Amino acid sequence: MSNLSIFDIIGPVMVGPSSSHTAGAVRIGNLAKEIIGEEFNHVKVYLHGSFKETYQGHGTDKAIIGGLLGLQTDNPMIKEAFTLARARNLSYEFLPIDLDNAHPNTIKLEISNVKGKIINIIASSIGGGSVIINEIDGIKVGVTGELATLLTIHQDKPGIIAKISRVLEDYKLNIAYMKVLREYKGSLATAVIELDEEIDEEILDKIREITEIEEIKLIGPIN
Amino acid sequence: MYNFKRLAELIELTKETNLSIVDIIIERERELTNKSEDEIRAKMAKALAVMREAIETGLTENIKSTSGLSGGDAQLLVDAQQRGNTITGTLLSSAIAKAIAVAEVNAAMGRIVAVPTAGSCGILPGVLLAVAEDKNLDDEVIIDGLFVASGIGLIIAKQATVSGAEGGCQAECGSAAAMAAGAIVYMLEGKEEQVLDAVAIALKNVLGLVCDPVGGLVEIPCIKRNAGGASNALTAAELALAGIKSHIPADEVIVTMKKIGKTLAPQLKETSLGGLAVTPTGCKLKDELLSK
Repeated sequence: MSNLSIFDIIGPVMVGPSSSHTAGAVRIGNLAKEIIGEEFNHVKVYLHGSFKETYQGHGTDKAIIGGLLGLQTDNPMIKEAFTLARARNLSYEFLPIDLDNAHPNTIKLEISNVKGKIINIIASSIGGGSVIINEIDGIKVGVTGELATLLTIHQDKPGIIAKISRVLEDYKLNIAYMKVLREYKGSLATAVIELDEEIDEEILDKIREITEIEEIKLIGPIN
Repeated sequence: MYNFKRLAELIELTKETNLSIVDIIIERERELTNKSEDEIRAKMAKALAVMREAIETGLTENIKSTSGLSGGDAQLLVDAQQRGNTITGTLLSSAIAKAIAVAEVNAAMGRIVAVPTAGSCGILPGVLLAVAEDKNLDDEVIIDGLFVASGIGLIIAKQATVSGAEGGCQAECGSAAAMAAGAIVYMLEGKEEQVLDAVAIALKNVLGLVCDPVGGLVEIPCIKRNAGGASNALTAAELALAGIKSHIPADEVIVTMKKIGKTLAPQLKETSLGGLAVTPTGCKLKDELLSK
């Protein structure tokens, strides 16, 4: 709390009516767009808890679609998100769901990209517009998007994390927070690495050169 | 870095350093974010521009919320003012019209600044801009007022909460009114101690206020509570500027707000399971919304 900016108090600048149900939903959409990283044409939005009860009145539905289209929390066009989606051939459905032990403002997104691949994302809006991506395709990632975040899928072998941190060290990037997960020993593992500085494509390409890394994504920071 | 947890510490810092409240808040932000004073001031000026735009929209355009439950009340107030049909005088009548205008724009998915939250977004702009018009204050003074308000809000967020889900409406509209009251006293060149008295008085006036939105939406009673918050802020500032002191210091009131928030039943903290949300009419409105 001691690191709260005055613009957390006088702000955010946002399209109403609710920081959790509208601005937070936009930010979940923004993060999901970056996670998918490719064009997509259909999304199923499953709403849980308070989202399920009040999503229309809060414009949560338009906010999620607007966020997926890349609109930011302060863009008045969020109100017109459905029209924009039609123009971009993005179709969508809103469905109720009951998720176990989930925060009251949680959604599950089932997104089909143009190559026919389906990506599942579970995310919660945890208050004041702050959000957390809980799961991507069943992997518990806990990404907030507040900082530049690297998300890798790599072979579960010794030394991979050291190789990644060596690249980060070369570019003088400081790791603020890191988490490594895997399903079982020797399977594919995921690293979530949050950095104090923003990072560019060149650094990403350097990390891609590590042969054991199957996939790497840069997410955030989002507004 | 200047790190003040309590309002009294912030005032002590101004005495020790001979800096103003605004200087200290900007200096803290500068160190926290590595941004220059100019950038920080520009960002605050942008927030002020969004506030103005929301007021203008709310006072002049035909607004209807997404749910259909709200809109058009700010214009009724403007009509009444134009007919000379106001009982509270120009300043208060202007402040509550502006507060409602911003809250209605918020409910209609328009752009606002959450100060400190979207639910209470009308109070600070309504009050500050009404006072600035009435007293002919220029934008630099209003922006200074916003910095003071941000410092007050920061301390409330640290010592208590600004979330209705945690503390009820006293934490949202109460905090907004306290921020606005302190800001006005500063803008009208009251002493630092008077800023604190205004904060204390505004927050004391609404201790225990519950958060009970009908259908879970930021409309009933939130929009009108923004008008209530605006008049609360002006009343508290008037008292403090007249030299009336709060017997209970502002920092103690803030901690009390948090304690009261903890003792409030969950039904009364943004869950829409109590209060106005479960009145016969509240339930009927909710059912109508769900069947749409």
